[in-house]
Amino acid sequence: MSKQPFTVSTLTTYIKDIIESDVELCNVTVTGEISNFKYHSSGHMYFTLKDEDAKIKCVMFKGYNLFLKFLPEDGMKVIISGYISVYERDGQYQLYCCSMQKDGLGSLYEAFEKLKQKLEKEGLFDEERKRQLPLLPEKIGVITSPTGAVIRDIINVSSRRYSNVKILLYPAKVQGEGAKESIVAGLEYFNSRDDIDVIIVARGGGSIEELWAFNEEEVARAIYKSNIPVISAVGHETDFTISDFVSDIRASTPSHAAEIAVPSYNDIKYKIKNIENRLISNIEDNITRKRYIINDFMRIINSKSPANIIVQNQQYIDSIQYKLINCVNNKIIFNKNRIEIAVNKIDALNPAKILLRGYGYVENKGEIIKSVKQLSIDDKINLHLSDGNVKCRVEDILEDKNGTR
Amino acid sequence: MEQGRENIKFEDALKRLEEIADYMESDNLSLEESLKMFEEGMRLADFCNKKLDSAQKKISIILKDKDSNIVEEDFTLEEE
Repeated sequence: MSKQPFTVSTLTTYIKDIIESDVELCNVTVTGEISNFKYHSSGHMYFTLKDEDAKIKCVMFKGYNLFLKFLPEDGMKVIISGYISVYERDGQYQLYCCSMQKDGLGSLYEAFEKLKQKLEKEGLFDEERKRQLPLLPEKIGVITSPTGAVIRDIINVSSRRYSNVKILLYPAKVQGEGAKESIVAGLEYFNSRDDIDVIIVARGGGSIEELWAFNEEEVARAIYKSNIPVISAVGHETDFTISDFVSDIRASTPSHAAEIAVPSYNDIKYKIKNIENRLISNIEDNITRKRYIINDFMRIINSKSPANIIVQNQQYIDSIQYKLINCVNNKIIFNKNRIEIAVNKIDALNPAKILLRGYGYVENKGEIIKSVKQLSIDDKINLHLSDGNVKCRVEDILEDKNGTR
Repeated sequence: MEQGRENIKFEDALKRLEEIADYMESDNLSLEESLKMFEEGMRLADFCNKKLDSAQKKISIILKDKDSNIVEEDFTLEEE
């Protein structure tokens, strides 16, 4: 009555044998959508194939996927041929893929494209309506999960750039049930405040399903409606979501979002210092320029000023005065010379001087005697010599026969 | 610009500061104008520096208390 119990291994092997011996399952073709695609460094591909209601784990070994003409990706709808077997260690049955073909676009991707086109047509992505980010936000509202790398990266990068940053975190569900409502509520909440200058909506990398909330129309419209600029940082650099298109700026990563939102303290300080220097050199230049102009005018004014004219006239007068004085002096000197010459001449002709040389003259009753004819015998005459008179009487007159000597 | 200086945004102040610097670089500015601009510029630069340095770092999280009221609490990163 009591059966021998299976070990887990024997049970698993038993199940595996049954599955592998099934005619249908050993050669099966399945359609579905790829998700959670992982291209392992070993060269094997691991992913999940799914439709609305079910999932199956899939593996495509290197030997098979080498022949694929495309790189499978999340959201891709494909037709796969292969067989079902069990991976004993995990007790997991899976589809071992031998070949894969694309089956149109995956439904999620299709929905994404449809919504993208619709919103684009409505103008939600228009560049002109993108809001300018503030240079120095007073407070940054962040909508993301309160746990994990995203909020940590945002806080770290923000604080590094500007140590006085203010961040308000709205803890949101970023995937699965209720995620879109949570993100929309965050956007609405921040818009109800008046101290938030910029909003970052962020989520780390994940599959297209995990990022799906950011492809929802409600989220897109809430971002569009926001009066506060929104930076979207969803997934990795290669992931694009509708939120990225509708937001004012798309950041490639949460760290990048923080870099965009928060200015570098040093950059701004430098900028202000730079402008200050410009102001100072401008005012100095202007004052120097004005001083030059003033100096120029001063020169002109001085040259035309009454004072200058007076000085110039004074100088002219001085020069004339000098000339006059010179002139007069010359005249005086000249006349002095003439007088001296005349005095010398007169002096030389002084009769007294002649008398000194031994000459004398005769005078009779006040008359100077120049000829013997003026005299008669017995005339009393005066002989004047240099040092006195001699009273004489004419005794004889001897006239030269041949006149004056 | 003159009144309510305390209320002007950092960004507007910085923008005005840049405008003033550009404006002052144009040659045909009277000295009075130039001095007025200079004075305003230096005041704005001072304002910007103060604004930049006086802010207090604060990182907080929005939570709901037991009565569903929204409250703001300090947020600290969990250690890895």
